[in-house]
Amino acid sequence: MSVSHAELREVSKVFPAAGGQGDVHALGPIDLNLAKGEVIAVVGPSGCGKTTLLEILAGLAVPSGGSISFEGRPVRGEVPDGIGVVFQEDASLPWLTVWDNISFGLRRAGIGAAEIKRRVDDVISFMGLEDFARAYPAQLSGGMRQRVCIARTLVLEPRLILLDEPFGALDQQTRLLMGDELLRLWRKTGATIFLITHAIDEAVMLADRVAVMSARPGCFIDLVKTEWGRDRDSRVVADGRFGALTGRVWTRLREESLKSVGRSINRVPAAALS
Amino acid sequence: MSVIPETSGSAYVGGHDSAPATQRQSLQRLLDSFLLIVVLVVIWQLVYWKSEVAITGPIETVKTAIELLGSETFWRHALASGRAFGLSLLMSSIGGVAVGLALGAHRFSGAVAAPILTALYTIPKVTLYPLVLLIFGLGISAKVAFGVMHGIIPVVIFTMDAVRNINPVLIKTARVLKLSPSETAYRILIPAVMPEIVTGLRVGFSLTLLGVIIGEMFASQQGLGFMIINGMNVHNVRSLTAVVLLLVFFAVVSGSVLLALERRLQR
Repeated sequence: MSVSHAELREVSKVFPAAGGQGDVHALGPIDLNLAKGEVIAVVGPSGCGKTTLLEILAGLAVPSGGSISFEGRPVRGEVPDGIGVVFQEDASLPWLTVWDNISFGLRRAGIGAAEIKRRVDDVISFMGLEDFARAYPAQLSGGMRQRVCIARTLVLEPRLILLDEPFGALDQQTRLLMGDELLRLWRKTGATIFLITHAIDEAVMLADRVAVMSARPGCFIDLVKTEWGRDRDSRVVADGRFGALTGRVWTRLREESLKSVGRSINRVPAAALS
Repeated sequence: MSVIPETSGSAYVGGHDSAPATQRQSLQRLLDSFLLIVVLVVIWQLVYWKSEVAITGPIETVKTAIELLGSETFWRHALASGRAFGLSLLMSSIGGVAVGLALGAHRFSGAVAAPILTALYTIPKVTLYPLVLLIFGLGISAKVAFGVMHGIIPVVIFTMDAVRNINPVLIKTARVLKLSPSETAYRILIPAVMPEIVTGLRVGFSLTLLGVIIGEMFASQQGLGFMIINGMNVHNVRSLTAVVLLLVFFAVVSGSVLLALERRLQR
């Protein structure tokens, strides 16, 4: 927690009125310091603005108020060098092979062909994609495609990696194994990781700190330190403290989830009973 | 049609044994096409036995078709059709892709145009042919206009849908990889919409051909459509059937080429 890698100061997002509704206050104000090399996970009820927060931090969206900085420089409306993003949806390019997908971002960065080949082959072997380098994404399973997207991000050697529910579409076992992969690449690269997830166990297992968000407008209501070692893996789920930590996160999240679910429950009966 | 069982569940569906599998698949497809042709020829022969007045038999027709391919008259008409078709296809394709891209990129215009296009697509356009003739006169322009009327709408619809349905995550990816607007268009957007545009062009191709041939059947002295209708009028069934066979051959071959291209793009 020594050096601040990225900072969010009173960041908020208001979507202007549309379709007969008033302005929607989606997010904030949020303050957060990302320490260099830490893993921070953000959990929150659906619709609380988690993805908006990630897009603002990435420079993909502009906040309505507040400021963001990455490595001391302000972020606004453009993705800074050194930030990599892995999206929730499959973002592999279907018309390119796995190898070409991974090298896609490098080819325009003015790097020599030999250097590209070395870096891509490195990442491919690190992510265990050797047998599929010549395959097209359509020939791969969902988990393998997400690996390709992670590899495409890694090959650019980002110092801050933002992941938006990257394993959300995968089954539980694959998710735990992908979590191990994420910890492995985190140890190897030393990157700072900002992970958005709806899975409490995933957040507690992977993160150094878990930020719990309230229902809309999303604000941080708790920040839980896990204090796992750097060499942790998915087996921490068997650790005695794991239950206590997930319990604490869920207690805070439960009230908030009820608020957001309550909103729709209140709307349902009128339609359902008529 | 595939008889190859899907190996779902494994992480990697293609792989080392994909080459023989593809080979078997294309062999299967070839066999399917062959069977289809045999069935069609048998039906043709049966129809011929039932009504010799309206149609000639398969063998005789192939002979006549070969004769036609050596005759100057046929090539004069084929050239006339070819010119009209080429011009129509060029206009439908370029115009259709351009209009489709614009409507796809501008959400409001696209929303307004979509139901209008669907309505236009459904209208039996032959009912408008008198109008086309009155506007464009009796020459090649009426045929071209009629071909374009048929062909351009599917190209517009497919292109528009392709642009509207681009996966937004691909555009975010372009921004994360810091592509410039022109690189985004060239390296992400165009490859992403290409398969659907080729589908539109394939449909546009066959409908343009249909429009031009129908156009030639009325108020025309030239072209393969004229040869067909003239064959009926002077009861030259041999020539009529042979021209139809040659047209079918052309349509099927070019359709298959476009379909193969489409499959290549749809990984």
